Amino acid sequence: MTKPESEWTWKEIPVGNVILEPGNASAYRTGDWKSFKPVLNKELCIHCGLCYIFCPDMAYNLNAEGYFIADLYYCKGCGICSKECPTKAISMVVEEEEK
Amino acid sequence: MAKRVGMEVSIAAAEAVRQANVDVISAYPITPQTHIVEHLSEIVANGEMDAEFFCVESEHSALSVCVGAAATGARAFTCTSSQGLALMSEITYIASGLRLPMLMIISNRTLSAPLSIWNDHSDTMSIRDCGWIQFFVENGQEVYDHVFVSYRLGEDRNVLFPVIINMDGFILSHVIEPIELIEQEKIDQFLPPYQPLHRLHPDRPVTMGAFALPGIFAEAKKAQEEALRSSMPKITETWKAFGDMTGRYYHPVETHKAEDADTLLVTMGSCSETASVAVDKMRQEGRSVGLVKIRLWRPFPFDELKKAALHAKQLVVIDRAISVGACGPVASEVKAALYGYDQRPSVYNFVAGISGRDVTPSDFIKMVDKAEIEIEEGNKEGYEIYGVRE
Repeated sequence: MTKPESEWTWKEIPVGNVILEPGNASAYRTGDWKSFKPVLNKELCIHCGLCYIFCPDMAYNLNAEGYFIADLYYCKGCGICSKECPTKAISMVVEEEEK
Repeated sequence: MAKRVGMEVSIAAAEAVRQANVDVISAYPITPQTHIVEHLSEIVANGEMDAEFFCVESEHSALSVCVGAAATGARAFTCTSSQGLALMSEITYIASGLRLPMLMIISNRTLSAPLSIWNDHSDTMSIRDCGWIQFFVENGQEVYDHVFVSYRLGEDRNVLFPVIINMDGFILSHVIEPIELIEQEKIDQFLPPYQPLHRLHPDRPVTMGAFALPGIFAEAKKAQEEALRSSMPKITETWKAFGDMTGRYYHPVETHKAEDADTLLVTMGSCSETASVAVDKMRQEGRSVGLVKIRLWRPFPFDELKKAALHAKQLVVIDRAISVGACGPVASEVKAALYGYDQRPSVYNFVAGISGRDVTPSDFIKMVDKAEIEIEEGNKEGYEIYGVRE
């Protein structure tokens, strides 16, 4: 598995900056870009999956209980899911900075 | 015994590309480069060469095709001039950043405006910093020879860089010169098939040309910079191997009667031959003048230049391009190479021969005369465009 970019020295970078490990973008945490995070009100959720379909980062996954939940490791907080949700079940909440 | 035949230099360049077993040729016609690709398209159409010839819609596409071809592991070739190179410039940085070996011959021509088709070095100086290995050649034989040198060097696992051969447009590209052609068996021995380190192949997927955030960009650029600088031993080694095969030895910086000279002309490209005639004439008159010729432009041979020029009292540096608002680009580099030494020659810079204006042996003598007088009078770092009507 790849390592964070801050740990690479210039001598370790493959010739031509070629990425040799397929799919390693999944290791990249885009979740720390966000200032708002989506919070689901399960009482309003109708399990339509529109949030899952519209999410541009494929951050949504179906959990064992049948709810679509955003993986905050990837979610950039764009708010598209909240905008598209037909029952207004997803609200965007200010994410508190990690101490 | 190798054959020595009279042929147009552009045709000799195309013949070298055929002999180098190039897989992909992609180019767009522009004067004065056209004869090279024209001849190559004939060779490919006649079935004399097993290569794909791409007729593209612009030079930007021409070099993009070469990048794509090289990324799959093919041996690629393109050539261009002037505005065509300017249009390619975006892709030149990409080819070197991706460390993809390929060869581009630039038939050097002036950049507009004013519009001109004639020769100078303003086109190639516009991409000076693009990270390719960059040669300048003096004559047709050197163009032909450097095609093989460039592929063997660029494809070396310890190098992996694209290579530019700069040859003066018209002055070289359109003249007929005696060229010693090398037997195919010798070339096949000198230039083995390209074995890419990484390539685009479905069996082993890789990503090329990925995004780099500020946190890793400097490391990536440092790796490229170190690789280009440290390719110097491979460059001299490749020239040595080529010399052992043909008897023609090349060096990053070459000299003519320079060892004991007080005044040194410093030149690059085809005007070096004219300058050597001027040096011989001045030597006959008892003057202490020699010549230093820069063959390798990138990576710049700082040490070699210092060894060749540091002992002189003055250097007369001839530039065939202007860095408008500064001075000639060769003079800038020469000054940088010598700056660290207390005992260093004065550097007088002439921009001469821009846009194809002839520079004759007597012009070189006049420039040496002028520089020696100016330096004597205290103008030690002069810069002027030679021969401009006041």
